[in-house]
Amino acid sequence: MEQAEVRQKVLDIIEDVALDEDLSNLDDSVALRDQLDLDSMDFLDIVMELKKRHKIEVPQEDYPQLATMDSCVTYLTPKFNQ
Amino acid sequence: MPIPNIPVERSFDPQDTQYDAIVIGAGMSGMAAAIRLGMFDKKVLLLEKHIISGGLNSYYSRSKIPFDVGLHALTNFAQKKERRRPLTKLLKQLRIPYEEFKLTEQFKSQIHFPEVKLGFTNDIDYFIQEIENHFPHEKDNFLKLLEDIKGFNEVALDNPYQSAKEKLAQFIRDPLLQEMILCPLLIYGSAWEMDMDYSQFVIMFKSIYLEGFGRPEGGVRTIIQALINKMKEANVEVCYRNGVSEIIVDNNQVKGVITSRGQTITAPLILSSAGLPETLGLIPTETKTSTSPTPKTGKMSFTEAIYITKKKPQLYGNDQTIVFYNNSEKYNYRCPDQFIDPQSAVLCFPNNFKYQNNHQGPFADDFDQGVLRITMMANYDKWNEAKSIGREFYLSEKEKVNQKSLELLSRHLPHFDPSEITFKDIFTPTTVERYTGHFGGCVYGSPDKTRDGSTAYKGLVICGTDQGFLGIIGSMLSGISMANLYGLMGQQ
Repeated sequence: MEQAEVRQKVLDIIEDVALDEDLSNLDDSVALRDQLDLDSMDFLDIVMELKKRHKIEVPQEDYPQLATMDSCVTYLTPKFNQ
Repeated sequence: MPIPNIPVERSFDPQDTQYDAIVIGAGMSGMAAAIRLGMFDKKVLLLEKHIISGGLNSYYSRSKIPFDVGLHALTNFAQKKERRRPLTKLLKQLRIPYEEFKLTEQFKSQIHFPEVKLGFTNDIDYFIQEIENHFPHEKDNFLKLLEDIKGFNEVALDNPYQSAKEKLAQFIRDPLLQEMILCPLLIYGSAWEMDMDYSQFVIMFKSIYLEGFGRPEGGVRTIIQALINKMKEANVEVCYRNGVSEIIVDNNQVKGVITSRGQTITAPLILSSAGLPETLGLIPTETKTSTSPTPKTGKMSFTEAIYITKKKPQLYGNDQTIVFYNNSEKYNYRCPDQFIDPQSAVLCFPNNFKYQNNHQGPFADDFDQGVLRITMMANYDKWNEAKSIGREFYLSEKEKVNQKSLELLSRHLPHFDPSEITFKDIFTPTTVERYTGHFGGCVYGSPDKTRDGSTAYKGLVICGTDQGFLGIIGSMLSGISMANLYGLMGQQ
């Protein structure tokens, strides 16, 4: 799977988790938490959705890897391709 | 506008005998917990002993008129997309669009003491101005208190108990203002008499003075219906008229429950919203391993008189949303010695919200008539005793509540005409106990809270008011947090 596709999959999840948020101007290099109203409860949801939709497990110690869209894509692409 | 009734679609017996989690009680916290677990494919059974959902915030109809019980107003009001607000968090976690709760804001409310009346709205600046007008020397102190409250993490699960009165006295000097600030916060949420825990004080302060009151159009049914829809989406299995008669514990680990209809259901996780003493009471003595003392039953219960009137309260001369009335300089928030304490009351006028949608006319709201609700502190033991003495005696005591409530209405609604009452209903602490199963008819739970939801038994978790969050938004957030912590985290 290409990085662009992975980005889209993550975006789809964030769209559902952060209902009512505008994601069109997302800066991929800036922390998601600083751009969107996301707290630790919402990051739990992102992790839960990755498992539910794509059978991808993110162990708790790897949560920091989901900080920005760029880091999400870097971290998740190999997992999508496993 | 007629309020849609929640369609009856009820099952009583579980389809299976094995689940990932059992949730006890279909109140706000139980439903929210069940939704969270179901959303992520946990197999969830929700057991409710009553025939409908809602728990302490439920509904009924008499003579085709819909009534709410519990909910006067929803605290923690927030505008759509307002960040970091409990309401916003809750909606996100349950994936319910903001519009679905159909929230309307209050007009204004009042803390009504003999010498001073302080108004407040959902805009804290209004309250600050009121304090400046009546207590000019306390304005700066109040602003300092506000700073402390804004910086306090009230939801940290490990905050130790701290007296709100003592903390408040560090900022506010005038005892009357201390009492007035505390009054709505105590009666809208404190399980403790005369005082409350500072964390809970901060939760209540933010939810009432900083965020404010709202009301779902259609009343509590609107919220319950939204939760029922979500439970369906999340494949939560709900059984009504089927409570829990025993929690099965083996070697300190929860194994499942025996339902009141006699089925044995197993699950490694039980989230109970029945209350802390009530839940521990379901574990048979012989399997109890914990030697810690039984948590106390809360003392605070209430009577409520509800009147339907031909005219709306504004025409009777009152446009307040909620009046916190107290007839002395000191606010005695405690279980009264007598059946009720007529020296204080909460008057709630659900017509007086800023309704916007689909209503016509000068007093456009979702009622055809006026609705007046008067809540007073009451003594459960007295009412329970009255019941055992006999129906006639019980009814005569209820009539006294009626008379006191009418007196209060005449005082607060200058043009009130009691002959225009078309319907009245009065409930007492024994009514609360009968419908909710909470010991002593207590409304804000036990003064012994378990902030992290844990019990001495592995897999048995408390959610709802005894976990320590307050109000209906708080109780839903409690269900969500406990489901996240014990059902979802570390298990992906």
